[in-house]
Formats: sequence, structure tokens, C-alpha cells
Amino acid sequence: MSTQPQKRPHGGDENGGPAAEATPVSGSAQAQKRAGELDSMLDEIDSVLESNAEEFVKGFVQKGGE
Amino acid sequence: MERRVFGVETEFGITHQGGEHRGLPPDELARYIFRPVLKWGRSSNVFIPNASRLYLDVGSHPEYATAECDDLLDLIASDRAGELIMHDLAQRAEAAMAEDGFDGSVYLLKNNVDSQGNSYGSHENYMIPRTTHFRRLSTILLPFLVTRQILVGAGRLVPATDETPAHYAFSQRADHMWEGISSATTRSRPIINTRDEPHADAALHRRLHVIVGDSNMSETTSLLRYGATDLVLRMVESGVPVGDFELENPIGAIRHISHDISGTATVKVRNGPEMTAVDIQSGLLDRARRFVRENGAHHDQVEQIFELWERTLQAVASGDHSSIERDIDWAIKKRLLTDVAERGGLPQGHPKLEQLDMAYHDVHPRRGVFNVLAAHGRVSTQLEPERIERAVVDPPSTTRAALRGRFLSTARALGAEHTVDWVHHKLVDRPLDALMLKDPLLAEDPRLDTLLAKLGDRVETLREQNLAQRREQAVPLALSERYTLASPREFAEPPLI
Repeated sequence: MSTQPQKRPHGGDENGGPAAEATPVSGSAQAQKRAGELDSMLDEIDSVLESNAEEFVKGFVQKGGE
Repeated sequence: MERRVFGVETEFGITHQGGEHRGLPPDELARYIFRPVLKWGRSSNVFIPNASRLYLDVGSHPEYATAECDDLLDLIASDRAGELIMHDLAQRAEAAMAEDGFDGSVYLLKNNVDSQGNSYGSHENYMIPRTTHFRRLSTILLPFLVTRQILVGAGRLVPATDETPAHYAFSQRADHMWEGISSATTRSRPIINTRDEPHADAALHRRLHVIVGDSNMSETTSLLRYGATDLVLRMVESGVPVGDFELENPIGAIRHISHDISGTATVKVRNGPEMTAVDIQSGLLDRARRFVRENGAHHDQVEQIFELWERTLQAVASGDHSSIERDIDWAIKKRLLTDVAERGGLPQGHPKLEQLDMAYHDVHPRRGVFNVLAAHGRVSTQLEPERIERAVVDPPSTTRAALRGRFLSTARALGAEHTVDWVHHKLVDRPLDALMLKDPLLAEDPRLDTLLAKLGDRVETLREQNLAQRREQAVPLALSERYTLASPREFAEPPLI
């Protein structure tokens, strides 16, 4: 896995990651599958966020509203 | 009151980032975002074909106010439609800016606080009878609203200060409330705003304006938010005794509760004991259940709301939030931040986690973190996506919104100069025929038909466009024309039989 997440547009992946569809599996395999799904989703989130988190946060400044 | 009118106004945070240079400041960015709106309506404050209002608010916040809804799911659909509308405008702004040489991405965030602590709102409107006793209303409603954040707060990672370490709080807005009840909004934000603009017959109705809420991403959290508030208002209106939970210091309490995610913080009830938010909410839930047992349920989601209400209180009381981390915004976000922190070994308050807190509220369907969670089936939903997209173009059909939508779309199609707001419908050429619709619950009115008939037979020649046809129009979908004029040929030839 890349340590420097690149920002890239995410295509409309309908399958929800590689591990989304699978045949019934045993308990620990199930847990492993869930962990794998979480991992791939967190990777996906990483890939769509601006890579410099600190800059993004600091740059998000509004005037007060209402 | 059997039916109630609801509405919600959402201010969005905006930012332009990720380009070679520093992004455009919010005021310039807002101008790009509203360019199609200005072109469409010659104003940055317009009512659009779905009868909601789209405008640029104080502080350069794009704002979307849903049309009048009398059904909770219609309200949630209309609110979520606002996210799609903002996303459409953001995409167009990004393209227009790129043409002008400004690269980078446009972000519209449906949250309530920026990195410097500026806050902007999510304002709820509930129609209540003018006869509602205001002292009774505030005695019951204020403690409900102060403690409601443990049910429907959007969650916030609060950065470290000199006094407190970074920590997770229930609410985005709690720290920005300064009064219980008053008529101000920007100078001194009250939980309940008393500005008396009913947008209806003032002899009969009040519009209760609640400005304490966080913007919600989750449809399920939204259902609990509006549904539970409506139930408490019903009890207020009916006159049944509702336990006296009046707080000695509502503003102290709302902050104290927000910052204690363990749910054990206690607040002092006037002439009573110290209680937790769970104690107060449990008391209100018990009474609401009794009220519904005695009076019957007034809509189909009442039992679902009670179940969510109880399950969330149990989760907070037990400290085990796993039973609500698909349903309740603060818990969904907390789970995500925990997962990311554990995976990366990040300390609480790490910029990456702060970024995620904000990105959770990004309205972009594939970049917004809540939307990514939804695409992976990790959050519950209440609505089919088709219903939300329909709400981008269709006004709610059971309230005055239906009339406003028809009026403005007809006038536009026929090229008739007109003005419209929540109550008034005016053809500029016929000022004496201006129509006031003062009952927000009325979805039919022959006077509107009479007014539109003055535009001539051409009203008969309008053809309603379906969704596919509207998508093909060049403007943002929300601004697409509902009617087009039928070509004369359609009338020249009699139908074949």
C-alpha cells in the first residue's frame, strides 16, 4: 500500500471492493473478510481525500453564518 | 393539530482546495457557485421549481431551505435533494473556474463549524398553533433540545486547547449557542429563535424556529431528529403534563453534555436533582410513549422513532455504541475515526482525523465520506435514491409548495414576469391580482387556477417534461424547466381514432 495516498477520482465501483461477493465461509474467515472489506473501504477514503490533511483543515475557513 | 408543516434550512460550508495555488476565498467561490442561479433567476435568492429556496446567505454560505413538507420522509427527501443540488452547482463552479485558470476542487460541506470555530446553521421550522402557551413551550422544549444532541448530534472532533486535550463531542453546534430563547441569530445565537415570521396566517399559526441542531447526513438520524421533536411538540400542544425538566442553566448544560461522550455528565434541574441527558430523554420518551398509547399514532414512523430513540439512549447509557453505529451520525463518525486512528496509529486530534470529521459532511457522492460509507452498505437509509432525485425537481405534493411550484414553472414557461415568495404569488403585469396563500397545508386553490388562466389559453398548451427530458436541459437539474410549450403542430392535426 502506498504511504503517500494519491488523490484520484474514484470511478463508480458498484461492487463495493474486491471482497464484496463471496460464498458462505466459516466464522474466522468471516471476520477476516470483514476486516478486508473495512481495509479496502478505508483505502478508498484515503484515495479521495486531499493528501495534505493539515493544509485542508487550515484552509477550511468560513465567515460566520445565519 | 393533525398535520404539521416542517421545513429545514441548511447553510453549507465551502472551500476551494487542491490546486497549484491557494484556493479562492469563500466570497469569490460563492459567486462561481451561484453563477447558474443568477443567470436563471437574475438573483442569488430564488425559489426554484421544487418550491424550495436557494440563496446566498450572510457570510457567503450557499443556503437551501426546503419547501413546506407535512411528511417526515418528504422532508428528509427534500433536505437530501439540497445536497444533490449543491453538488451539481459545485461541479459547474469547478468547471467554470478551471476555464478561468483556477485549478483545484470545490468542496461543499454540510457541517456546522470550520477550522477556526466559525459556525453556520441547520435551522428547523415547525408550524405550531398561535395559541401555544410560550412559557409552557419553552419549559418543555428547551431541556429536550439541550439534551437531544445525544440522539442526533453530528459529532465533532474538538481540537486541543490550552485547557483541554483533543476529544470527541456529540455536537457541532453546542459550543456556539449563547442563549435559550431570543430573537437574534448572528449576534447571540439562541436555541429557539422567536423571530415571528409565520409565513402563514399570523392569527392562527406560529413558525417555531429552532437553530440549535447539527446538520445531519444520516436519513435515519434525521428521522429521529424531526420525529422526536414533533412528538414533544404534540405533547406541548395537547396540554398533557410533561415532567418538569426545566434546567437551571441551559447554555452551561448544552456544552457540558456535548463534551462528555460517556454520557455521565449531570446537569441541574430547577428545583430538582442533578440528572444526565439520558435521564431527561428517557423521561420524555416514556411520556411520549404514554401519549401515543392514549391518543394513537399520527403517522407510520412513530414506532420506528420510539425504537431508535430508546436504542440510542441505551447505547449512550451503556457506553457501547455498536448498536447505533449504522444509524446515528455522531456514532457513525466516531466509529470511522476510531477505525482510521487504530489502523494508522494516529493520536486523537491528528490532522487526518480532523480532515475526516469535515470530509464526512462533503456532499460529493463519491468523495464525501458519509456517502462512501453508504455506498459500502455501512449506514442505514430511509429513502430510495430515486425519491431523492425526484425531490430535486418535484415540489412536495401535499402542501402549499405544490401551488408555488406550479405557479412559478407555468409563469416561466409562458415568459410571464412574476415574483414569488413563501406566501405571495404575483404576475408583474397584473399587480392587482396578486395572490396570497396563507394556509401552508393547502395544496389546491382555485384562485391559483384563476390567476394562471389570465395568462390565456396557452396554459393549455404546456407539456410537462419528464425527468429524462429535464436532465437533458443545459441548466442544473434543479433549475430545469418543468413545462415547455407544445408545438403548434400538435393542435393542427386531430388525433387518429
